[in-house]
Amino acid sequence: MSDFPKPDQLLSNIDRTPPRTDWMDTPVNIRKGMYCYAANPKSVEYTHLPFPHQWNPTDEDWHLPENWKEILHEGFKVRLERFRSFKIFMDICVRCGACADKCHFFIGTGDPKNMPVLRAELLRSVYRNDFTLAGKLLGRVAGARPMTMDVLKELWYYFFQCTECRRCSVFCPYGIDTAEITMMARELFNLIGLNIDWIATPVANCYRTGNHLGIQPHAFKDMLDFFVDDLEEITGIRVEPNFNKKGADILFITPSGDVFADPGTYTCMGYLLLFHYLKEVYGLDVTWSTYASEGGNFGSFTSHEMMKRLNSKMYAEAKRLGVKWILGGECGHMWRVINQYMGTMNGPADFLEDPVSPITGTLFENARSTKMVHISEFTADLIKHGKLNLDPSRNDNLILTFHDSCNPSRGMGMLDEPRYVIQNVANHFYEMPPNTIREQTFCCGSGSGLNAGEDMELRMAGGLPRANAVKYVHEKHGVNMLATICAIDRAALPTLMDYWVPGVGVTGVTEMVANALILPGEGERTTNLRGEPLPGMEDE
Amino acid sequence: MQLNKLLSQRKADMVKRWFDEVVKTYPGETAQFLKRQKNQFANPVGSTTQNGLEALFDVLIQGGDSEAVNSFLDPIIRIRALQNFTPSQATSFILFLKNIVKESFRKEIADPQVMEEYLEFTSRVDDLCLTAFDIYAKCRETLYQIQSNEMRNRTFRAFERAGLVKDIPDEESPCLRPVKPPVSGDCNT
Repeated sequence: MSDFPKPDQLLSNIDRTPPRTDWMDTPVNIRKGMYCYAANPKSVEYTHLPFPHQWNPTDEDWHLPENWKEILHEGFKVRLERFRSFKIFMDICVRCGACADKCHFFIGTGDPKNMPVLRAELLRSVYRNDFTLAGKLLGRVAGARPMTMDVLKELWYYFFQCTECRRCSVFCPYGIDTAEITMMARELFNLIGLNIDWIATPVANCYRTGNHLGIQPHAFKDMLDFFVDDLEEITGIRVEPNFNKKGADILFITPSGDVFADPGTYTCMGYLLLFHYLKEVYGLDVTWSTYASEGGNFGSFTSHEMMKRLNSKMYAEAKRLGVKWILGGECGHMWRVINQYMGTMNGPADFLEDPVSPITGTLFENARSTKMVHISEFTADLIKHGKLNLDPSRNDNLILTFHDSCNPSRGMGMLDEPRYVIQNVANHFYEMPPNTIREQTFCCGSGSGLNAGEDMELRMAGGLPRANAVKYVHEKHGVNMLATICAIDRAALPTLMDYWVPGVGVTGVTEMVANALILPGEGERTTNLRGEPLPGMEDE
Repeated sequence: MQLNKLLSQRKADMVKRWFDEVVKTYPGETAQFLKRQKNQFANPVGSTTQNGLEALFDVLIQGGDSEAVNSFLDPIIRIRALQNFTPSQATSFILFLKNIVKESFRKEIADPQVMEEYLEFTSRVDDLCLTAFDIYAKCRETLYQIQSNEMRNRTFRAFERAGLVKDIPDEESPCLRPVKPPVSGDCNT
């Protein structure tokens, strides 16, 4: 009994108040459930990134190269010179606090170091120390601090608690893009082999086999063939997708998540049906590629060079096949890479034609440089011109809301097209509150390579503001389905709903298009693409 | 029920003080935000906590069934179960109310009748705290469950789709008859 604490001792161990120290004096606590596992050295090595090594974020020793501080300092310097925006973002913040409470990770975790201003300050303090006169002379008084192992751990922990969603930048009066600060911080980590595995291994796979999962061409085709079988059972029609077809009109590229992960697979089946319809009715020739089999680009969470390298495969394949232009599926960060970086990174893609829909004659002027059109704008244009035969009542079992994915909404301004499509293929649609949608949309909490399993607490906390808005329309309007146009959303949101709003499913937009689409010569459909009875067919 | 009457009369003040104590469990900058931002979508933690505490306060005075208690308590605990709190820190905010009431009605509680009611009230608060702990444990279980479900769905479904998994057929295959278990249950006989 003598080992038992006395009641007063027991209670004194329960500390109800957090430390009230200044942020610089509050040490980082790398908490289980909040971080992703370290990169597999094999993956780092495969893509020729420096210092592949075994390490563990919770270990005292991260086994860094001896001169790691010099490497980081030099890497910082090079990036300040190379990227004028980075230099400006380091200099001009006046700490007005407009961004402070806009981050889903701050709102969900309650950790002040997730305020975008403070997260950036973690890095700015090192910048001031190393590169500004005031910082060098005045040190901490000027908000400067030298790089130490503890500082590095803090930087690593918090810059992998940012999904690069850019919600904060919408509110910044100077337009500071915190996502780009995070990108730079992650580039610096990669100089000393400190990537996370959920990014490094998909990057290596994509570099080697063309997609994140390392699926080889024959297996990729097999998967689509399974969908063809399923579609035949559902519609009575056997669709015949083209693979690597030279001289096709359009190359279609989508994230591999749509091919392998539910519920994205139903969206993928939706693409197949839509392309079959367009071929039968209008003679449009679309091809898939088993080599450029990934729209996602985890290189963009690694470094500019890696982003460029992975993006180039899509264009190399378009060139090899001799298509006119590229159609892109429902993906998130693929569109950030295309819309914000592709034009000057691997583009302009002059060897392709200006993207014109052969069916409606619409020129997609926004895609003149990249020659890549989003499936939602393509479909919206078809609907606007009355080119699709649709029966929206087939989606009457769905009471929908739409989650604007961060990258298509804030990264390319695609706000109305998916809504237009949804409202033409389904009858019950309700918006979430205005400060949670469109430009102000809340992130799913799992973007930028953070949708691993081991950081589930981070994902659920980061997804709280989004889930909170879904819960509101679920309770008010009976919303039972959350539509989205991003593969990471389709992978991450079902889990988020399971924790916060059970009873709400997740769907891609093209899945609903295909459910509503009346194919020439189809049999009477009794189920949707998920094999669930269509409304009114429950007894069939 | 004198105490209940007093508590009802000063409900707004009591709930405000309770809420202030709860937000103090967060770092200073966060606490300020939780109190300042009134929009429920911009500040889900603050508004969920505020609404939950208000409803729980009513339950403590007027009583309520376990379903109602759960519906008010669950949203708060569901959030705190994810944040940087130990299990005791995540749930002990319920107990703060005992002290708040004691401090506010020190004079009245000197009356033995009110004291008796106060003891009953604190016992209800204790029960609420225990319920909070049950919910906390359930939330943590859910968290691990969804984590393993996600992992299973990612790998198993891919295997299944690729035709690498074979279910037991509905009809008995002539080649693969199930092995009959020994009658006595002893494998050596």
